[in-house]
Amino acid sequence: MRKTTLTFVAAALAVAVAAAVSAGPEAQTPAAEPDQATPATEPEAPSAKKAPSAANSFNRLLKKPAAASNAPPAEDGVHDPANPGTELLQWPSEAFQDLPKTADGNRVDWVKALAEGLIAPRVDLADPEAEPFTMDLVIVREVKGSMPNVVYPHQQHTEWLDCTNCHDDIFVPQKGANQISMAAILLGQKCGVCHGKVAFPVSDCRRCHAQPKTEEQLRALAEESAWRGQPASQTAP
Amino acid sequence: MWRKNLIVGLTGLAAVAVAAALLTFGPGRRAALAEYADVIINNYSDAAGMRPVVFPHWFHRIRFRCKVCHGDLGFEFKAGGNDINMLKIFDGEFCGACHNGQIAWGVENCILCHAGVPGSRTRVHNSTADRLVAPPDAAAP
Repeated sequence: MRKTTLTFVAAALAVAVAAAVSAGPEAQTPAAEPDQATPATEPEAPSAKKAPSAANSFNRLLKKPAAASNAPPAEDGVHDPANPGTELLQWPSEAFQDLPKTADGNRVDWVKALAEGLIAPRVDLADPEAEPFTMDLVIVREVKGSMPNVVYPHQQHTEWLDCTNCHDDIFVPQKGANQISMAAILLGQKCGVCHGKVAFPVSDCRRCHAQPKTEEQLRALAEESAWRGQPASQTAP
Repeated sequence: MWRKNLIVGLTGLAAVAVAAALLTFGPGRRAALAEYADVIINNYSDAAGMRPVVFPHWFHRIRFRCKVCHGDLGFEFKAGGNDINMLKIFDGEFCGACHNGQIAWGVENCILCHAGVPGSRTRVHNSTADRLVAPPDAAAP
């Protein structure tokens, strides 16, 4: 009698473990192609997260809590939890599992993911084998003060965008013809048409302001600021 | 005799275990989470009695480069700036260029797109400009 019970228990445990193990990895494989009228399988939910704090949500110096970018539907205010379709949709965290991480935006480094071949987004709707028309042209914009100059690489942008996406509606393709300020960017103009909406936000200055001023430029700036009554040598770095 | 009991017991327990695993890990169990760059579109949804549309950029970015939609398909870089309605989608314009049952699932899956909180303001969710200048919205953030 005891031997039978033990056998039942052992067998039940084995089956339960096998079912859980087989359901787990299968559920965690992200859907490679969008299924036709069938939703992707959902992964195991991350462990319970605390509600994100509303304070300092835009302060780039304070790291956003991880929960803020993947809030539960009842708290994110975007998806209606009462909608039966909401629970059928794939979790971003499942799709982002193997992609390189960053600290802002989607928390995914899309350019790196593309370069490393972890994603293969289509270039042309009709032609799956089409290659993007890229251009390797770096534009350096000198900025005011001692802030490093902005380095704009066409290469990484043309991997994703067509020339007409930006030219001429957003940027005039002529040196000196575009007046760009941080205020404009933060308000969603110029670079802010994408950066801060879909591409990474401008919370990390050095991703764009990547070319430090030269010694001469800094000295010249110090000379200029001598009008404040301080001798130039005190303001030089 | 005990072998028969074993088989019956195993089958029952296996069924329970599989059901439990499916309930925990299977599809349809979890709700979607709002992600950076989700676009909420509520041009005509409220008037039509439908939940506003939540468009997930991340899902599409994995599969298509920006130029495919914003160049070839004519989407403007503006939340609510494209005059999209269901008729145009049925005709294969805008979303309907892919969501036609062939490239992606078809538009009979209303609740997969129309998943927003009713009354939501049209916007790019959590965009910098929106967080800086958008009016505080008590009903639907």
